[in-house]
Amino acid sequence: SPLTACTRCRLQYVPVKGDHVIGIVTGKVGDVFRLDVGGSEQASLSYLAFEGATKRNRPNVQVGDLIYGQFLVANKDMEPEMVCIDSSGRASGMGVIGQDGFLFKVSLGLIRKLLAPKCEIIQELSQLYPFELVLGMNGRIWVKAKTVQQTLIIVNILEACEYMTAEQRKQALAKLSGN
Amino acid sequence: MAGEVKTKLSKNLLRMKFMQRGLDSQTKKQLDEEEKKIISDEHWYLDLPDLKEKESYIIEERSFMPCEDLLYGRMSFKGFNPEIEKLMVQINSKSKKEEIEEDDKMEADVSDEEMARRYETLVGTIGKKFLKKRDQRVLHDEDEEENSNTRPKKARKMFLKPQD
Repeated sequence: SPLTACTRCRLQYVPVKGDHVIGIVTGKVGDVFRLDVGGSEQASLSYLAFEGATKRNRPNVQVGDLIYGQFLVANKDMEPEMVCIDSSGRASGMGVIGQDGFLFKVSLGLIRKLLAPKCEIIQELSQLYPFELVLGMNGRIWVKAKTVQQTLIIVNILEACEYMTAEQRKQALAKLSGN
Repeated sequence: MAGEVKTKLSKNLLRMKFMQRGLDSQTKKQLDEEEKKIISDEHWYLDLPDLKEKESYIIEERSFMPCEDLLYGRMSFKGFNPEIEKLMVQINSKSKKEEIEEDDKMEADVSDEEMARRYETLVGTIGKKFLKKRDQRVLHDEDEEENSNTRPKKARKMFLKPQD
């Protein structure tokens, strides 16, 4: 049977089970971290939900750290819960996002565009210079390149993609590759 | 003797947890069913015919990931973070594997019939390898017998039960 999708256009992110998001640690309450994920509620993250974490071997997480994780529990009746391991207990790229880099917000629609397979924007950016990118379904993007200037160039291009046409973007990138 | 003791105990006592530990699953099921019958008789219900639930063709999927086949959100380019780039290769190969499985069967190098023929003979040869020495000798003898019918068959020594 053909699959048709019906979607709702939202401005604020609503936690969904399985979504990978970037959260900001706002505090520690007992054995649980509290994360701001840009939703109406803060999410909880247990210190045991990291790869190789035990009661004695606690992960090094401080207030203000950025976390890339996925929702284990997300429904309208309960507070959202996040974990930084997959179903087999491996980190698989989740956990504390390293030092430096730049975090900024874009619309939820742009995130979906960027995560689409064979996204032209990502392909074109990947030709510029080495950099690292984390895209959260909650509209948050984290970028890190070798220099501050390189990082900010990528940030500006991604932010501008909200309204730039493909032509304008290609022109902008062509100018940059000339540098 | 124990059976007589059981019939003297009351049903309520038998329903208690410590008495049920010794029971086998069947009697437990019977007790459960009896309890359910008592409860269901007391419940009120509407005396209407059962309404058939319409088969719904609508599946609710709250996440965008499966709808649009979104990629993994952590990426690295031009070797900036080698671990992440390794992960990207892993995840992409996983999704590719799923695609290949969905596609039609790959053309086999060997046809099915030939495979069956080979396997038939293979089972025989491997089976011979694991036979005990005595059985191997018998097998060998049988082969020889086919060629020359003169050789008498050696009686296989079997375990003889000692007579009381």
